[in-house]
Amino acid sequence: MAERVASSAFDPRRTTLGRESEPWRWAARLLAISVLIPLAVILGSWLYFDPQVWSHLGGTVLPGLLVNTGWLIFGVATGSLLLGVPLAWLTVMCDFPGRRILDWALMLPFALPAYVLAFVFVGVSDFAGPLQSGLRELFGLPPAWSFEVRNTFGVITVMTLVLYPYVYMLARVSFLGQGRTAYEAGRSLGLGPWAAFFRVSLPMARPGIIAGLSLALMEALADFGAVAVFNYDTFTTAIYKAWFGFFDLHSAAQLASILLTIVLVALVIERRFRERARFTASGSGGPQRRMRLLGGRALAASLFAWSVFLLAFVLPVIQLLIWAQDSLSDLDRRYIDLLQHTLALGALAALSTVAAAFVLAFTQRYHGDYSTGLSVRIGTLGYALPGSVLAVGVMLSLTWFDNRLADAVEWLTGRDIGLLLSGTLVALLMAYFARFLAVAYGPVDSSLERIRPSLRDAARSLGAGQWETVWRIYLPMLRPGLLTAGLLVLVDVMKEMPATLLLRPFGWDTLAVRIYELTSEGEWERAALPAVALLVVGLLPVILLVRRSAR
Amino acid sequence: MLRFLKPAVAGWILLLPLAASSSEVVVYSARNEQLIKPLFDRYTEQTGVTVRYITDKAGPLLQRLEAEGRRTPADMLITVDAGNLWHAAEGGVLAEVSSPILEANVPANLRDPKGRWFGLSERARTLVYSTDRVQPQDLSTYEDLADPKWRGRLCLRTSKKVYNQSLVATLIARLGEQRAEQIVRGWVENLAAAPFSNDTKAMQAVAAGQCDVTIVNTYYFGRLQKKEPDINLALFWPNQDSSGVHINVSGAGVTRYAKHPEAAQALLEWLTSEAAQADFAGLNMEYPVNPKVMPDATVSAWGQFNADTLNVNEAGRLQSAAIRLMDRAGYR
Repeated sequence: MAERVASSAFDPRRTTLGRESEPWRWAARLLAISVLIPLAVILGSWLYFDPQVWSHLGGTVLPGLLVNTGWLIFGVATGSLLLGVPLAWLTVMCDFPGRRILDWALMLPFALPAYVLAFVFVGVSDFAGPLQSGLRELFGLPPAWSFEVRNTFGVITVMTLVLYPYVYMLARVSFLGQGRTAYEAGRSLGLGPWAAFFRVSLPMARPGIIAGLSLALMEALADFGAVAVFNYDTFTTAIYKAWFGFFDLHSAAQLASILLTIVLVALVIERRFRERARFTASGSGGPQRRMRLLGGRALAASLFAWSVFLLAFVLPVIQLLIWAQDSLSDLDRRYIDLLQHTLALGALAALSTVAAAFVLAFTQRYHGDYSTGLSVRIGTLGYALPGSVLAVGVMLSLTWFDNRLADAVEWLTGRDIGLLLSGTLVALLMAYFARFLAVAYGPVDSSLERIRPSLRDAARSLGAGQWETVWRIYLPMLRPGLLTAGLLVLVDVMKEMPATLLLRPFGWDTLAVRIYELTSEGEWERAALPAVALLVVGLLPVILLVRRSAR
Repeated sequence: MLRFLKPAVAGWILLLPLAASSSEVVVYSARNEQLIKPLFDRYTEQTGVTVRYITDKAGPLLQRLEAEGRRTPADMLITVDAGNLWHAAEGGVLAEVSSPILEANVPANLRDPKGRWFGLSERARTLVYSTDRVQPQDLSTYEDLADPKWRGRLCLRTSKKVYNQSLVATLIARLGEQRAEQIVRGWVENLAAAPFSNDTKAMQAVAAGQCDVTIVNTYYFGRLQKKEPDINLALFWPNQDSSGVHINVSGAGVTRYAKHPEAAQALLEWLTSEAAQADFAGLNMEYPVNPKVMPDATVSAWGQFNADTLNVNEAGRLQSAAIRLMDRAGYR
């Protein structure tokens, strides 16, 4: 869409802004390159092709896990749309009992790592768990009476409960941004409430909803932790099998790059569809008055929202707290370090990633040429890879660079300076950046898309310079989007495990590392303590930022 | 914000010159922090040598060692499972060490024949059964669990866990691939529930009555027993008249490009010594490799058993064959 604006022949901006565009484009290209390098390392694996592993996987497990992956994607997509969009609509546009709390409370499940919810879910509800044992006892059922929860349905339920907040948060920002004006206009033109929702509000919020949905699906595709708890085989299972089982990183990387291609194609198709329509809002901010729901409708809305919150957050947290109580003695002074590291990494990564996402989105929209479109697509691919594969890509490219640099210095001076970047915070931040740029880009871009380009022209024609326009028009108008992006990255980084494990400097343990240490030897219940700590740290920014971004 | 930025930046600057001081050892460990840190702390207290470490899964750590090449800061690699140790040795990241102390402390079947790695603790993978529904005389061997009499009564952990891969690898080594595949297929037929994600879950399923017998590492049993002393489960030592109980190790080696090879070897020797072994194994209720050291009281109470004397190296060599076999047999 942006390309179209920039290339229209009569566009007067071309001449005046041509010079301004180049620095933006270069910045976008550089950002994309920093993500491309680790991806290229992974794509480079195709140079070493081992047909043995492939024919083995293809002949045994691959068909089944492709079917599983398909179900997972279908289920999570349906589930998170059915939860995320209506909840966002209800909390933004309507008023019902509990709305003020639910407005932000419905984001909280996002602070729970998927593998933690998976473990709690399986622990509570499988054959040996308190739920089924309780039912057997309560109703005097035979001791063998049971129902299976470690199946497709269970995985989809858990993933949906953890991932719907992506859709909820981004849809919420969209609904907040469009205000009620559009919906009211639809109503006054004779549309019923449902028709106005489906034909006006929903299409206008589509960029946000799609951005949220694609984040949720990419995370579901790349997830390993939660599916491992269910022993549910998906595409990532094959990746891990190739790597940890056959010690064949090349085949693992090849499988991962197939995953990457699928995501790339899906994103391109989505963009094609989206280009048909153009969505901009009046930019009038939040709704002036909410629709007050009454009687049965209020009850239904309230019941729906509260039960999602209860299932996705309250009940699992209660279970975690019960487990954490048993291991309170683990709580020592080192937790202060763990907290500080977790927060520092999250904050640094959030700032750098959101800034980069803004540059990418802004360039794409106002200074975009062909290369910018490409930069955006490359820059936002990292999220589709399993975290550990991307982490290895970053690690391999950095050590390669460090070794060549040290070789050169050694050749010149005869001194070995060792590895410069590997094992420093820079390495870790680069991995976070490559992985989470997509997460930040979604909300920033979708809120940018709803600002009319004419606003910018107006500001410029009134004499505001380039930076002034960005500073005084865009940043304030984008605030909900930027805050959402920052929040998503912050919480995602705090939950992140594989890159943190592989690339952290000595001593930089985080809460997620602590969880790993305990869970990797099966001490899940003891891991409840760091999980609760992670939750508390994750909640603070959620609550702070949400309250600020609400109005 | 500044409060967090400062330590962050300071940390980076501190870490930039990786110039390591002489009285330290840098360890990459796939064994959990809580199982190694107490020992490292004691070592530092006794010798003044600092031990810096980083923990991760074996796969990524190995990859990192290989990528860093001769400039790696790591002096020692600690990992669990023979398969991982075997791959590390094959990948050329470990140095050959010959030390009379290590050779005396670690039995020959629990170390690399070329001295590239040495076992530090022994883990027995054995049977756990329901005392309510199974008589111990009904149990005999791993192979016997494939018998139709166990139809619908067996629970297993997932084949993705390396412990099961090593177990099946030793079946292949002893009985050949064909017979091993028959056994694994029999196990799969007998399963009462889809394979579990961990040993504890499998034992809880036995305790709750979903199935009657499972295969686990003894320390998981110890942990569960500690939490629920009256649990209706017991250990059984299989294959006592034939190959013995399947044994795996956690172990360590000095890296090929260690910056402090002597210090690393000294730490390794200390870890296998009588002074350290009781703790190294005891922290996780495993068995010490050093035959002069007794396991801790809980572990000793489980009784003596004949262990498989096959060199654990074999399990590493046959690991990928084992995974292939389990995939073919439909063991998830």
